[in-house]
Amino acid sequence: MVAIVDYGVGNLFSLRSSFRAIGEEAEVTADPERIRQADRLILPGVGAFEDAARKLRQSGLDRVLRGEAEKGKPLMGICLGMQMLFERSFEYGEHEGLGFLKGEIRPLAGRIPEKLKIPQMGWNALEIRRESPLLKYTREGDCVYFVHSYSAVGCEDSLLATVEYGAEITACVGKNNIYGCQFHPEKSGSVGLRILRAFCETEAAV
Amino acid sequence: MITKRIIPCLDVKNGRVVKGVNFMNLGDVASPVELAKYYSDHGADELVFYDITASAEGRTLFTDILTETAETVFIPLTVGGGINTTADFDRVLKCGADKVSVNSGAIRDPSLVGQAARLYGDQCVVLSVDVKRVDGVFRVFAKGGRENTGMEAIEWIRRCVGEGAGEVVVNSMDTDGVKQGFDLELLEKVCSVVHVPVIASGGAGRIADFITLFQELPGVDAGLAASIFHFGEVRIEDLKKEMQRNGIPARMV
Repeated sequence: MVAIVDYGVGNLFSLRSSFRAIGEEAEVTADPERIRQADRLILPGVGAFEDAARKLRQSGLDRVLRGEAEKGKPLMGICLGMQMLFERSFEYGEHEGLGFLKGEIRPLAGRIPEKLKIPQMGWNALEIRRESPLLKYTREGDCVYFVHSYSAVGCEDSLLATVEYGAEITACVGKNNIYGCQFHPEKSGSVGLRILRAFCETEAAV
Repeated sequence: MITKRIIPCLDVKNGRVVKGVNFMNLGDVASPVELAKYYSDHGADELVFYDITASAEGRTLFTDILTETAETVFIPLTVGGGINTTADFDRVLKCGADKVSVNSGAIRDPSLVGQAARLYGDQCVVLSVDVKRVDGVFRVFAKGGRENTGMEAIEWIRRCVGEGAGEVVVNSMDTDGVKQGFDLELLEKVCSVVHVPVIASGGAGRIADFITLFQELPGVDAGLAASIFHFGEVRIEDLKKEMQRNGIPARMV
């Protein structure tokens, strides 16, 4: 069972539907017991980093996630959920993340030419940087759907794929049992469903 | 590089797609769910569902269909029609919509865009505008184009984007239905005042119209059309191939 961690941010309808579409049992839950019982975890998220990080801490689910991640259970963050896996974010101030991956979250503004719109909204082509079980069904140039104004930097040791948006933007990361997608696999058509499928086939780290 | 998006628009009334559909191999051509799936499989980058139902029963039917679509189609889904309050936003977002488009609702209550942007984020709020030239001035029309509001369109769009609209659908009533190409003059003006994605609507009659749109106006992010896709006059796969051949970034499926 995949547990989609519900800590009060965002709409999880499409995420749950997309797992069902690939024949995986998925449950939207905030119950620590269900999260511990799950084979895999999804950390979703939309909105602002500070608010989401606070909600995760207030719910106590940050400690549950840390415990499960340390046990080697596969965990994937999506969009803001992916950003929270890093050490810190510079979205309106400086905020501490979960620190499961090395790197930090910086605004696109200032890193890309001014004529490009922020957020990056739309489909962009993946450039694969490192082989990973998460991308075993993904081909170079496959397009995925983005909506974001911030992205991860300094994450070379986990970088799996980038996209070109006036600069090289982190799209996909993974190290040991921890994975992240800046884009929305649940909104990226068959390419996205294949990434979710691959996640469901990843092994726990020991 | 980010691709230019191609967006079919489905008008839904009492749970059925209107505006005639002419497809082979489609069991029920008026089923929004089947048509959405067809488009998603054949290269649409996003879908717009426009609810033109007036009755409460029709509304409920619409949200049921939306839910069913969002359970089977995994590309971004924008919903419009009858969005007057943040409660309407809530209603369609819960059924799986990713973005919500407001038109007359924002004209009636100009604070709606700002309220919704604060609640759901700018990326969720799409401003849709029906524009027509009246004595040489671009005017905003309300109620599906039946009523001239007297407001100047470019200023209205600038104001709504300032309030938090994360995307703008510009529908030119002058070119709509004429099939002689998009309204480049209007679109250029809009692109010059906003820095959020601009979606062109109204006027596409053939593939070349989309090529001209993206070549002439690099600031336009997407092209939207309805009947030319529904009647099979333009196949999205062919359109995407032609975009690629012309060096316009397109997502191939």
